[in-house]
Amino acid sequence: MLKRVHFPSSPLPYLLVAPQLAITLIFFIWPASQAFYQSFLIEDAFGLGSEFVWFENFEVLWSDSHYLAAFWRTAVFSLLVAGLSMGFALVLAGFAQRAVRGALTYRTLLIWPYAVAPVLAGALWVFMFNPTLGIFPYFLEFFGIDWNHYLNGGQAMALVVMAAAWKQVAYNFLFYLAAMQSIPPSVIEAAAIDGAGPGRRFWTIIFPLISPTTFFLLVINMVYAFFETFGIIHAVTQGGPGTSTTILVYKVFNDGFVGLDLGGSAAQSVILMVLVVTMTVIQFRYVERKVEY
Amino acid sequence: MAEIHLTDLTKSYGPTEVLHHIEGHIQDGEFIVIVGPSGCGKSTLLRMVAGLETVSSGEIRIGERRVNELEPSERDIAMVFQNYALYPHMSVRANMAYGLKIRKLSQAEINRRVEEAADILEIRQYLDRKPRQLSGGQRQRVAMGRAIVRDPQVFLFDEPLSNLDAKLRVQMRLEIRKLQQRLGVTSIYVTHDQVEAMTLGDRLMVLNGGYVEQFGTPIELYDRPASIFVAGFIGSPAMNFLPAEVKDGSVVLSNGVIIPVESPKEANVTLGIRPEHLQPEPEGAIALQVEMVEQLGANTLLHGTLQGTDKALTASVAGHATYENGEFVNFSAPASMLHLFDPETESRLEL
Ligand SMILES: Nc1ncnc2c1ncn2[C@@H]1O[C@H](COP(=O)(O)OP(=O)(O)OP(=O)(O)O)[C@@H](O)[C@H]1O
Ligand SMILES: [Mg+2]
Repeated sequence: MLKRVHFPSSPLPYLLVAPQLAITLIFFIWPASQAFYQSFLIEDAFGLGSEFVWFENFEVLWSDSHYLAAFWRTAVFSLLVAGLSMGFALVLAGFAQRAVRGALTYRTLLIWPYAVAPVLAGALWVFMFNPTLGIFPYFLEFFGIDWNHYLNGGQAMALVVMAAAWKQVAYNFLFYLAAMQSIPPSVIEAAAIDGAGPGRRFWTIIFPLISPTTFFLLVINMVYAFFETFGIIHAVTQGGPGTSTTILVYKVFNDGFVGLDLGGSAAQSVILMVLVVTMTVIQFRYVERKVEY
Repeated sequence: MAEIHLTDLTKSYGPTEVLHHIEGHIQDGEFIVIVGPSGCGKSTLLRMVAGLETVSSGEIRIGERRVNELEPSERDIAMVFQNYALYPHMSVRANMAYGLKIRKLSQAEINRRVEEAADILEIRQYLDRKPRQLSGGQRQRVAMGRAIVRDPQVFLFDEPLSNLDAKLRVQMRLEIRKLQQRLGVTSIYVTHDQVEAMTLGDRLMVLNGGYVEQFGTPIELYDRPASIFVAGFIGSPAMNFLPAEVKDGSVVLSNGVIIPVESPKEANVTLGIRPEHLQPEPEGAIALQVEMVEQLGANTLLHGTLQGTDKALTASVAGHATYENGEFVNFSAPASMLHLFDPETESRLEL
């Protein structure tokens, strides 16, 4: 038999967690349950009444080719964002770790993009890539590239991927740097004595040893690309041209607040919610088992 | 296998010089121990030989080659680190094979060498384990295995035993010594433990504050320490030091006791005498007032002061002996066992 330890009960612990609980309830649980409930309703055209329809909203989504295309687009978008920002952060962290002079300045500067709000980040990129005024289209012209992300869906996608990845580089960089610094220097010195050059040391020693961080960041970045890139997309392309940059979270907004299909939009957000919960669960399971080298 | 020449070697971090004009010639196949207190620059010196620290001035030669500018991998050395520095994500076999793969040896040759080393070190049954599945002593063996499969010209050890318990340390110490004699590879071994240094080294380099105090065989260091520092560092319990004066061919202690020595010079000196060289004798000139008795079984240590002074004095008496605190015990000291040092320069004065 296990013996339970009993503590004298006091209202203080409840009082202390109450604010956090209130915030979670009001801003997360309540809207989430509303969305859940709403996803079973169809509003009439005038918004005067609604009908309970069970899973009809979901069935409609499943047979909607636009929705399935958005799903696919989101997968590509988030993999590109995660891959690009993590790859770039990895290279920067590798250099930051080797830097001898000015290491602190270098690191501080690299962290700044993380402090920029998504919409502002988007605005920066919009200016830089404005087809008529921007500096990059001007340079790209020398290479014979005609840049216009208002017309070209592929270019629009490239732009939002770059903007979204850029913003996340700082975050990934911090984690990668911390992971690299936790590798004992003598392990890397031993590899140097064993004859491994910097490149080989990176790929055979450092990269495998930071693989738990890579996995953690992969999940975090996917979640980021799924949800938090809304502001960037809204500022840069508004999902266009056509639907070429309409990822799931943007479609939720578009269908719900622009198209006023509240039921369908709620069903979409429920699906997104399920996705993020799944990713989080995978994450925790994996982290709990402690990643095996 | 190679000789190592260190010529006028210095190391500075910015304006601070931490190693000063190190000189040393290491013979082919010799086992050299660098010993000294914490922070004296032992690791720095070893890492300079390894190529992990740059050389500020001077020259390091391994065999015929000047290696100052060479990468660690080009120096044909192997190093065993204090924390073993095994690759945590690789099996024992992969750890040992890593350097061989880089040198593009054939798989058959790699297997042969790894298995041979594993047999020597008796770690064959662990070849497929990861380092974290091994005990500290086993990890230590793997680290040595990784060094010997490379068949290098020089082995470098940086306090490889300091993370092991006392018993295992003694055992591994013997094994390292046997292994080195069997392979005949020139070795440099860093430690702050003087017992380890005395038992392992063909010769010892005693470092203090970045200076070489003395470089010689353990017996030379014990019998003829070149400075007060070496005299106090080598030997346990440590040597006694007493202020004295040389007058009319004898040493006069501060309480007036006179010990005859053959020294013509007249000067203030520091007299050194090892506790084990004080011989109990009822008529002896040196009287020790006992303050504490330590029974070690094989011998007994008497801690106290020189009669009539507050100078600490320790004597080691063979076997079990019982003394009262406050009691006076007389000792004699043979002149051949005395060491005289200059109190100013702290260096040895020849008798
Ligand atoms: N990167 C560095 N920058 C500045 N000073 C350093 C650096 N590395 C070492 N030192 C200094 O050099 C001196 C020698 O250090 P070293 O590590 O060689 O000592 P050690 O003899 O190995 O000591 P221990 O027995 O504690 O390992 C120390 O005083 C240390 O403070
Ligand atoms: Mg050290």
